[in-house]
Amino acid sequence: MVSEKITIRNEQGLHMRPAGVFAKAMTKYNCDVTIVYNGNRTNGKSLLNIIGACIKCGAEIEIECNGADENEALKEAIELIESGLGE
Amino acid sequence: MYTGIGASAGIGIGNVVIIKEQTLEYTAKTVVDTDAEIARINQAIEEFSAKTQAMAEDIKQRLGEKEAEILEGQLLMVMDPSLTSEMETLIKTGQCAEAALEAVCDMFIQVFSMAEDELTRQRATDIHDIKTRVLKILLGIEEVDISAVPAGTVLVARDLTPSMTAGINRENVVGIMTEVGGKTSHSAILARALEIPAVLSIDGIVSKVENGQHVIVDGTNGEVFVAPTKEQVETYSEKRKNFLEEKKALAKFIGQATMTADGKKVELVANIGTPEEATKVLECDGEGVGLFRTEFLFMDRTNIPTEEEQFEAYKKAAIILKGKPVIIRTLDVGGDKEIPYLGLETEENPFLGYRAVRFCLDREDIYRPQLRALLRASAFGEIRIMVPLVTCVDELTSVKALVKELMEELDKEGIPYNKDIQIGVMIETPAASLIADLLAKEASFFSIGTNDLTQYTMAVDRGNAKVAYLYSAYNPAVLRSIKRVIECGKAEGIMVGMCGEAASDPMLIPLLISFGLDEFSVSATSVLATRKAISQYTKEEADAIADGAMKLSTEKEVAEYLKANIK
Repeated sequence: MVSEKITIRNEQGLHMRPAGVFAKAMTKYNCDVTIVYNGNRTNGKSLLNIIGACIKCGAEIEIECNGADENEALKEAIELIESGLGE
Repeated sequence: MYTGIGASAGIGIGNVVIIKEQTLEYTAKTVVDTDAEIARINQAIEEFSAKTQAMAEDIKQRLGEKEAEILEGQLLMVMDPSLTSEMETLIKTGQCAEAALEAVCDMFIQVFSMAEDELTRQRATDIHDIKTRVLKILLGIEEVDISAVPAGTVLVARDLTPSMTAGINRENVVGIMTEVGGKTSHSAILARALEIPAVLSIDGIVSKVENGQHVIVDGTNGEVFVAPTKEQVETYSEKRKNFLEEKKALAKFIGQATMTADGKKVELVANIGTPEEATKVLECDGEGVGLFRTEFLFMDRTNIPTEEEQFEAYKKAAIILKGKPVIIRTLDVGGDKEIPYLGLETEENPFLGYRAVRFCLDREDIYRPQLRALLRASAFGEIRIMVPLVTCVDELTSVKALVKELMEELDKEGIPYNKDIQIGVMIETPAASLIADLLAKEASFFSIGTNDLTQYTMAVDRGNAKVAYLYSAYNPAVLRSIKRVIECGKAEGIMVGMCGEAASDPMLIPLLISFGLDEFSVSATSVLATRKAISQYTKEEADAIADGAMKLSTEKEVAEYLKANIK
């Protein structure tokens, strides 16, 4: 299992569009992707669960990837969030 | 009369068509062939996706990309693997497709409805829409075709779902009323894009009207008249005509230079609170930003935003405005604003207390990152720094010294910034006005904040109903203060702008022209109306009005006089 902490910079947090970009990108990996925020664990491949987690701008989250392609998945996850998830 | 939230401006007069929510009843049965049932739900979802895709395409063609986003979001949601896998799990236990769909959707609706932020709560409406429409497909119920309503229809519904709004045709629908939804809900956004007057959140409106009933929808004021009198219809027909004429008249000013009737150009910019609003400024034809409030970056969170975060926000606004001026006001907080993590004490007189530049100069740990972020962002556009609540020259010189120090830091680190960045003062206290001649020697520009200037000059709390009558920029004291600030700025050759509500007040505009105001900063939606108002007066006419106004001795006289001289 690999993990990394990162801060969300999107103005309105992880709302529909950026959450959609993230979930879609993560779905192509076989490993489990989990977002840990405020002690809650959210399936990083599920748009609906990410929206339900209400992750706001400035929130520090931890991305956990667990599985064969965990390193590639985590790398892309961090790069995506750093680049603003298409916003 | 019923009241609600005016979500899309304008007046609509027409006849009610109620969109009833169809009852989607079914008898839940135990399923034996679970594979066939899973295939059934998957097929229904596929059909839903195909229809939604088609609707999104149609909206994109008719209205634009942004308006289609809601439906595209629904497509993404319905494809969520956790949604489908949970439904499959339930079906495998013997539940039918309808029951599985309802159970899973209701779970998400419940989670989203409980969220604190409105954006997430709005997603509950989307899931509800998905649930209803997939259920209809499963049950073989035809959807209501809104596109076929007769001309002159006022739609009445508990809520307009995105799929319903997609079918609205602006040739037939003249107004919209609902029981739920706010200014930023999808129905509001679409109503505005379609330019259909809409009043949302009217309590129980569906049961208060009947099909075919005559109604007036005032989307500007959020009012609705059911079975109006002849007089009301006449009044509102007139209002409707005026609204449409005004809109047409304003459209002529799109893309035009802002100038007086005799051709003197002035700057017409807008006030914003977030970087995203910079886009709206351009849409409304603003020539830049005259006041960017930075408090939003600090609100609704639990820690101080980092230099990096602030840099990104300021840079974003600078880039969107492509070299047009962006005046950014540094943090304007005090004991009356709730930013818990700053640890500000409740004060007896918060408006006279530890706030704005006083707080910032004391808390360099907060001010330095903000100024550094502003300097770094200045490499990406025409960013100017504005210091709020200045009352003495040393406050300005201290900020300038701090900026100089930070510039040296950035030089050492090899980070680019605009070496000639302008640092100006927001004139909002009587003290600043009285020493405007001294401040003008140190500042690159002035911007008069008339809201606070009026409050401090008149020593009045506008929230106190007993004394609120004193809160008016027409008071001779306030007008003299404004005039003096502009004169002092002119004497030193610096730009003088105004970023309070007075800058878009049609009664005050001739005075401001006469005094020689260089820049008017107004809300984005007032840009065109202000451009039009400015174009009505020559300098000579404005001078004549100002001469008359400055001779009057009471607020009431001034207000009446200005009203009578409006063009």
